[in-house]
Amino acid sequence: MTVADAAAPARPPRRLARRFERYAPALILLLAAASYLGVVFGTGQTQYLTADNLIAILNRSIALGITAVGQTFVILVGSIDLSVANLISVAAVLASFIMKGEASMIVPAVIAVLGVGALVGLVNGLVITKLSVNPLIATLGMALLLQGALSANFNNFAGSVPDAWKLFAYGEIMGLPVGLVFLAVLALLAWFLLRRTRLGSDMYAVGGNRDAARFAGIKTDNVIIASHVLCSLAAATAGLYLAARLGSGAPWIGRDGVYDLESIAVVVIGGTVLAGGRGGVLGTMAGVMIFSLIDSVFNVAGVDAFAKQVLRGVIIVAAVALYAARSKRFAA
Amino acid sequence: MSAADGTAREARRFRLPAINPVWFILAALIAAIAIENANFLAPIGYMNFLKRAAPLAILAAGQVYVIVSGGFDLSVGSLITLTVVGSSMLTNNDPAATYWVIPLMLAMGAVVGLVNGLVVSVLRVPSLIATLGMMITLNGLAFLWSGGAPRGYLPETFRFFGRVNLLDVPLVNILPVALLVMIGVGTLLTLLMHRTAYGKLLHAVGDNPRAAFLAGVPVARVRVTAFVISSLSAVVAGILLGGFAGVSTDVGAGYELQAITAAVIGGAQLLGGRGTVPAAMAGALTLNAIFTLLNFLGLPKPVRDVVQGLILIAAVALATLRRRRAGR
Repeated sequence: MTVADAAAPARPPRRLARRFERYAPALILLLAAASYLGVVFGTGQTQYLTADNLIAILNRSIALGITAVGQTFVILVGSIDLSVANLISVAAVLASFIMKGEASMIVPAVIAVLGVGALVGLVNGLVITKLSVNPLIATLGMALLLQGALSANFNNFAGSVPDAWKLFAYGEIMGLPVGLVFLAVLALLAWFLLRRTRLGSDMYAVGGNRDAARFAGIKTDNVIIASHVLCSLAAATAGLYLAARLGSGAPWIGRDGVYDLESIAVVVIGGTVLAGGRGGVLGTMAGVMIFSLIDSVFNVAGVDAFAKQVLRGVIIVAAVALYAARSKRFAA
Repeated sequence: MSAADGTAREARRFRLPAINPVWFILAALIAAIAIENANFLAPIGYMNFLKRAAPLAILAAGQVYVIVSGGFDLSVGSLITLTVVGSSMLTNNDPAATYWVIPLMLAMGAVVGLVNGLVVSVLRVPSLIATLGMMITLNGLAFLWSGGAPRGYLPETFRFFGRVNLLDVPLVNILPVALLVMIGVGTLLTLLMHRTAYGKLLHAVGDNPRAAFLAGVPVARVRVTAFVISSLSAVVAGILLGGFAGVSTDVGAGYELQAITAAVIGGAQLLGGRGTVPAAMAGALTLNAIFTLLNFLGLPKPVRDVVQGLILIAAVALATLRRRRAGR
């Protein structure tokens, strides 16, 4: 890819392209917001234009947001994680199964779920780095393993979560939903980790050029493993959130939400390059907002559920094409 | 260093022709199935196995084109669904309709592949995202077309390809039409990849698109063709599955990942440059043999998932190891 960069002819157009690439997520977000406004005014349903409704729109995509923050790390290092959806199911079922409606079991359940998450991430990272298995295959295999292990033991809603834990999804802090505040804090932490710590800059280096990073003395394997652990921890947290939201975990909630592919789509729409090394968590947050705005546009406009799905597929591709088409690189 | 090393060693030592390990694995699995269930050795046993495996084998043969070109095609499963649902809507129980519906479905597949290929090579969207978007779109279209609940049945003339066994065939007694389709498509795609200039260009593009481009390869055209072939194979697999399994909105679900798995078990290298059609089809048979074996052993579906996951990782890890040891 460096060949392509070096072959770029003149300086100014390239700088312009870079700038465009950098602000593309913000542009798409504006576009989505404008179309939302257009639909709301166009159909005369101005009752949707309240702050409460805006919060409600965002509140619907918190699980996706938490997962996507994690997915950002792995995509930044040039890896990918297809096991998040099944890990979400495992986490949600495990949480409600251990809690069984007892407030006293919240702490053990959270520790167990995060432990499982960390373990899954560690195994993913080790298989990818030490066995040199392509990340798509490694995490796809992990997804099958998790799904098999889960459905061998559970086939329906298992256990329930206590009311205290439901606050994670339904409580409010200063008028804002707890989940939304949590997502905002998580995104800020992720931003800090990526932009202000050594691990963060190592991640960008590894994603940009793994060989160069290794020659520069970065332990690339450890960086990749760390990003996978972070990703799986985020997915486990999303599972904990969904358990709070649904009151109980079922073995299909992760797959039904298509969190694996949607989290990747959100990260990519947010301007993070699939090959790694460029992008960030703020773009991912913009991507999540774009997704939930598009959904709301369809709801307000009263689009048929199946037509909605068709449009969604087209929009994902179009949004990515918007800035991918300008790059001189050969996409794979 | 390892390259020079390798050639020196090659010159010194007589080497057996390199046989893809997938064939040994397949042979071992079939032996295990035969030991577990002697009925498998009767024509009805192995012919039914081949009939069940035919759609995936055809799908894998198409998928390996995209994989060799350096991409993925995640849209094939939803294209299978759309083929089955669309055929049942269009034939509308009219046996004569089959003969214009099938060409129409193939044309639809070609358009889907063309769009995939153009989005990937002209708009430069990574194929993972492009075909994922296509998958979501096609699934939505299948629902939209059938109104959520597909009605009607496929006429017998349509189901002929996936369901009928030709009887009284010499040597084997019964011969499923699906197997003939599989052999036909397999031969065609094998010849196209391994006996034509196009196949060489495809490998070149997958190995290093930049170098191929500088050497004058029409990269975009080669890529688009690969996606069209993959989509056409999905339509053919859909026609077989429609006959074999009937109409529903989730007939194709999961097939995209199984096709990629099959190609990878057959030694195709993700991100391009290496892979063969016969080995990918052998990979599909291997995957099916594993499922059959687990079935005979009385293991439930969850265990199958776990085993498929483990095999997938192990196959790729071993392939990487072999490649590294060979210094390639």
